[in-house]
Amino acid sequence: MKHQIVKHQIKMWGLFVAALGTLMFLGACAKKAAPPPPAPPPSPTAPTASLSASPNTINKGDSTTLTWQTTNATDVSIDAIGAVDPSGSRQVSPSDSTTYHLVAKGPGGTQDATARVTVNPAPAPPPPQTSNATEEELFAQNVKDVYFDYDKSDIRPSEQGAIQADAQFLQQHPGIHVTIEGHCDERGSTEYNLALGTSRADAAKSALIQAGVAGDRIKTYSYGKEKPFCTESNESCWQQNRRAHFVYEK
Amino acid sequence: MSNAIPPIPHPTNDEQIRSFGKGITSRHEHKSQLGRQSLFVVAILFALAASSSAQDWIRTGTGLGVEKVRVAAPDFKPSTADAKNTDLLKTFNSTLWNDLDNAGIFFLVSKSFYPLQTPSQPTEVKFADWSSPPPEASMLAFGNLGATADKVMVQGWLYDLKNPASPQVLGKQYSDSATDDAVRLIAHKFADEIIFRLGGGIPGIAESKIYFVSDRTGHKEIWMMDYDGANQQQVTHLGSISLSPRISPDGSRLAFSSATKSGWEILMYSFDLNRLVSFARFGGMNLSPSWSPDGKLAFSSSRNGFPNIFVVDGSGNNGHRLTTDKGPDVSPTWNRKTGSQIAFVSGRTGLPQIYTMEADGTNMQRVTDQGYAVSPNWSPNGQFLTFSWMRKYGPGEPGSNDLYLMDVASKQWVQLTHDAGRNDFPCWSPDGRHIIFQSHRTGADQIFTMLADGTNLKQLTTKGSNTQPNWSWK
Repeated sequence: MKHQIVKHQIKMWGLFVAALGTLMFLGACAKKAAPPPPAPPPSPTAPTASLSASPNTINKGDSTTLTWQTTNATDVSIDAIGAVDPSGSRQVSPSDSTTYHLVAKGPGGTQDATARVTVNPAPAPPPPQTSNATEEELFAQNVKDVYFDYDKSDIRPSEQGAIQADAQFLQQHPGIHVTIEGHCDERGSTEYNLALGTSRADAAKSALIQAGVAGDRIKTYSYGKEKPFCTESNESCWQQNRRAHFVYEK
Repeated sequence: MSNAIPPIPHPTNDEQIRSFGKGITSRHEHKSQLGRQSLFVVAILFALAASSSAQDWIRTGTGLGVEKVRVAAPDFKPSTADAKNTDLLKTFNSTLWNDLDNAGIFFLVSKSFYPLQTPSQPTEVKFADWSSPPPEASMLAFGNLGATADKVMVQGWLYDLKNPASPQVLGKQYSDSATDDAVRLIAHKFADEIIFRLGGGIPGIAESKIYFVSDRTGHKEIWMMDYDGANQQQVTHLGSISLSPRISPDGSRLAFSSATKSGWEILMYSFDLNRLVSFARFGGMNLSPSWSPDGKLAFSSSRNGFPNIFVVDGSGNNGHRLTTDKGPDVSPTWNRKTGSQIAFVSGRTGLPQIYTMEADGTNMQRVTDQGYAVSPNWSPNGQFLTFSWMRKYGPGEPGSNDLYLMDVASKQWVQLTHDAGRNDFPCWSPDGRHIIFQSHRTGADQIFTMLADGTNLKQLTTKGSNTQPNWSWK
């Protein structure tokens, strides 16, 4: 945890320094820009201007090169950059999609040109471990097992709320897969209980699908009475064991 | 046992088994006349039993009312002076005695009734001493055993004491290495010879094997043992949960169900190669395999959704589904004689009940009418099902799982176990005279055998929890 915070801070500092450098560079350029030579007054030819960006689509954080050319212009500026040479190029690194607007003014009039740079949002950073654990924790907090009546595999009315809540959570977290384990109490036969556990897991899966969860996110398994949650021989314990148990899968 | 009421009169051929209790009706009208008479007699007996005892214990069987042949089997004696003889004879004599005692087809006369001089050679047999009381035996099994270096030789005879002029029914000589296992096998072979001759030509079971599930290593693995509980050996080492071992009719392959990463799959172990061999994976939950006499496998599979009964050939191919309901359907068992019918368990109407159908899925019939009925196993002669049943089962009901026997044609049943914890997974012996099963009567699941009439109970396992016994086909 601590390491990650430190890393994060270093990253922030890096960005800050880079931004500062860019500003200084831009400032220097602006200073260097010589005043445009006075245009010959008697030839009021209309200015021409072109502006392009290459590439015109970048990922956030990357840069692109603006290239422009003008003729017959005495005063050339690009919005968001300022006054520039009549022809030139410059690297820019917009944080959002930007339309660069060049205005070339000359004795013969004004001409403008635009270039659109589309910025794709940064690819989502790989989720750090902490967020996975959180998802699993959320799963543990929100997804409730579903309990069954004796020898039954249909979702009883009292469990409908639980299964609907489970379905809602899974819909809100589409990255989560789930294995539903069918379990049974200790009474009755090993083989029949494995089959009954299969039916219970399938019933829970069907209910989730009906509530809108994609079937391919759900696996089923039966443990019959092989892996009881509670090992006493009484009804409260048996009820604990008659369940569809939801297991988080990445 | 002391509560048993007087035995039923010797049953006629078509009345070998009769059911007792409330609410039983014969569905076969052609039997109704005889059936009613018998039921009437039975009802009286039942009433008598009920008045004298709270339990409805009924003695049934195919040999009731018939005096069993009295067999004497004195200990074999050493024929050489080898020091190993003492231990080898101890193993041999106890194994032979146990086999004969287990057979259930004759009365083994207690050793305390024997004359002081017992024979080890034909010349030493004093017929009158054995055929008159107290032993009053009809048959005498005797012989000798002698180790020489690392070999052992056993001679054994079976004499008909009522026919001194030509008494020999059987005379056998065996030689093998002088080990405990070898003499135990010799004892089994000799016992099976005797049982074959005195048991109407049905081969004995002393050389048969039992496959079962044990958790004694910490995981449920498949194990095997001799029919009498000797030689317990671990077969699988999967470290998962392995259940429902079922040996193929020829004894070469063992199918079972195991929890794999993707689901329960049918796995196959080869006793020719002594390892797991590849077998088709079906996806979903695949449970409770069962072999047909000609080597097909039926099992429960949820590959298409609901747990239903499927059949595949011995290599796992050509699969087709036999049941299509919501189920769950599980625990199929083939009619071992004909291979043309399958019994199975289904929860389609609520509590699990036992159903039968033709092997193509047609002619479905429910054969139990109440309670919780599971784990059917079809007898080698094709006539009976044995299964585990809680006749009155449900929340608040105090009943226990007991084992029952049902005549498939008439659907009439008898109860085999009484008031002895949870009993499940009965399986017939190859000779159809015994049933092996798991019982919780000692407080943990252990494996027991009994005669098919519920008598002669023997516990075979003690370590860990031992379940789902499956008896070899021969």
